[in-house]
Amino acid sequence: MKPILEVQNLWKSFQIGAQHQRYLSMRESLTNFAKHGFQSKKETFWALKDLNFNVYPGETLGIIGRNGAGKTTLLKILSRISPPTKGSITVRGRMASLLEVGTGFHTELTGRENIFLNGAILGLSREEIKKKYDEIVEFSGVEKFLETPLKHFSSGMQLRLAFAVAAHLEPEILLIDEVLAVGDAEFQKRCMGKMDDIAKSGKTVIFVSHNINAVKNLCNSGLLIMNGTIQEKGDLNSTINKYLENLSSNEAVKTIFTNKLIKDDTPISIIEAKIIDENNKIKSTFDVFEDVILSIKYQVNKETNGGVINFELFRFGEQIALSFDTDLNQTLLNNRKIGLYKTQVAIPRGRLKPGNYAISIGCGIANVTKIEHFENCLEFEVVLESQNESLVSYASKRSGIIALPLHWQTKSKNDEQL
Amino acid sequence: METKIEYKIKPKSNFTIELKELWMYRELFYFFTWRDIKVKYKHTALGIIWAILQPLSLMLIFTFVFSKGLKLQSGQLPYQLFVLSGLTIWQLFSGGLSNAANSILSNSKIIQKIYFPRIIIPISAILAAVFDYFFSLAILVLMAIYYGLPVHFVQTIFLLFVSLILAILATSGLSLLLSAWNVKYRDFQYAIPFFIQILFFLSPVIYESNQFKGTRFEILLKFNPMCGPIHLSRAAFSGLAIDWQLIIFSLTTSLILLLAGVYIFRNMEQYFADLA
Repeated sequence: MKPILEVQNLWKSFQIGAQHQRYLSMRESLTNFAKHGFQSKKETFWALKDLNFNVYPGETLGIIGRNGAGKTTLLKILSRISPPTKGSITVRGRMASLLEVGTGFHTELTGRENIFLNGAILGLSREEIKKKYDEIVEFSGVEKFLETPLKHFSSGMQLRLAFAVAAHLEPEILLIDEVLAVGDAEFQKRCMGKMDDIAKSGKTVIFVSHNINAVKNLCNSGLLIMNGTIQEKGDLNSTINKYLENLSSNEAVKTIFTNKLIKDDTPISIIEAKIIDENNKIKSTFDVFEDVILSIKYQVNKETNGGVINFELFRFGEQIALSFDTDLNQTLLNNRKIGLYKTQVAIPRGRLKPGNYAISIGCGIANVTKIEHFENCLEFEVVLESQNESLVSYASKRSGIIALPLHWQTKSKNDEQL
Repeated sequence: METKIEYKIKPKSNFTIELKELWMYRELFYFFTWRDIKVKYKHTALGIIWAILQPLSLMLIFTFVFSKGLKLQSGQLPYQLFVLSGLTIWQLFSGGLSNAANSILSNSKIIQKIYFPRIIIPISAILAAVFDYFFSLAILVLMAIYYGLPVHFVQTIFLLFVSLILAILATSGLSLLLSAWNVKYRDFQYAIPFFIQILFFLSPVIYESNQFKGTRFEILLKFNPMCGPIHLSRAAFSGLAIDWQLIIFSLTTSLILLLAGVYIFRNMEQYFADLA
């Protein structure tokens, strides 16, 4: 069988220095040219180094790796958004990506018009859209609003419509970035459900993630990327194990995170985050019976409705929690005024079992958009020292992802009647 | 489902346009053009009438100022027709160019997420201006009939068609060039309207090109890519002999600009997703 995707000697480089500059002004370019002439002294950074792998029809491949390993770069090359520097990829079949949910939607056009436009941009022909139109409409559940301009749709309705189109693409190869995490829980569940369907229907799926659980559920083979090279390809379990080993043999523990690109043009931008204990001290190792406190500094650049700050908690790469700062605070959700903020949240003692933990933090507009997301930007370790070892429910080798400090009320028949 | 799609993702080369690929994506031309037109005229009370109103009102003002006031010559044609026949094709150029020059930036969200040949975006922006052109052309023809001009059907249609093709060529080259540079240097955003204004006065829309025969200004007119289309558009109604030399010069400039445009566009399009 011919591979459906053949990656051969793939290299990708970036120019360091040019990276943070969004666009140039002519004056700068001219003065640069006057100063240095044709010689530019930019450094080259190789994000992907000589990748070689094949994907066969029906394979569901999970691409895993740490932040900055090159996963997203690879995905961008596969989806042809940015070209490789050297090497080639042969693709045998129609490729589509669930990243593209809602791309090309125009708020002035009606729902019906947007179905056609979005479908066309995603690569469907007019005939195909016409054929699937009724199905798409039914799946989206927005029949009543098809003649209404999209700007009057709620964000949830827009997402449903967008996903309905994307779900009917019927590609031979489907690319999925885990950054699907837009939308409410129900929508996400639906997305995962749809992906599952596609994977089980024998289509080829390429899934990029650092969420081990999701990869385990969806994939039948794995690819581990580290520093731009392939570390392991093939059996899913051994790939995951290698990734986890790599995670725990971690160089320096990150207890403080500083955003290097604080933005003024987004509603919210995160400035800094750190892990501290009750005494406000930055720490990397906590006892099971200590509060772990996450402290985040952020700025609000314009008055925001629906703004949220959130964090995700991972243990050995497996996500165990997600929390929003607006969970119990409606006022904050409805209106966040311009200014500098500091927020702290404690993960109460007695819940986390010993192990290596990572925290991703992010901000966004609830159900609408993700503004910033910093994957695994903080790390800490939990150990069990304070109490005696008979606390077996806290033993890291035992089953269970978290522990609960429960009070068992035990009575003996000898004491009273039961 | 059983379509045999196979393609290679490779580092880009600059000079070629992949025609096979463009053909695969041909429907996108239609959809982007359709969207641009739809969005432009949505929520306007007058709708498509705007496409007619602009050249008509300009015609009235120019006639008043240049014909009645400054007594400019317009040869065989009444000045109204003379200026309108130039304006219709000129507005295709100016409208198309200003749409297209900003098109990459205004579609940056799509560019960052989906692959398709980027060249479709500026070309569709020009096609949207061609749509407007047909409406103002209808007014021009009606006026020609009203003034009782001898409209030879076949000849008029032929000349208008050639004029349209030349104008699209002229617009495309500059559009590709400017839309790509506009992504890299935002200076162009401010320079383009100004640039179009200057070109307007360097094009024989409100005056006759042969007024400058033998002067130093003539060379500027000769290398103006829009000179030829305007000349043809006018000849379609006046029935006068065509200055083929002028057409060749215009066409040459257009083709050189088109080559440069394609080269620069292809060279820069890989950075659009990062810069836009």
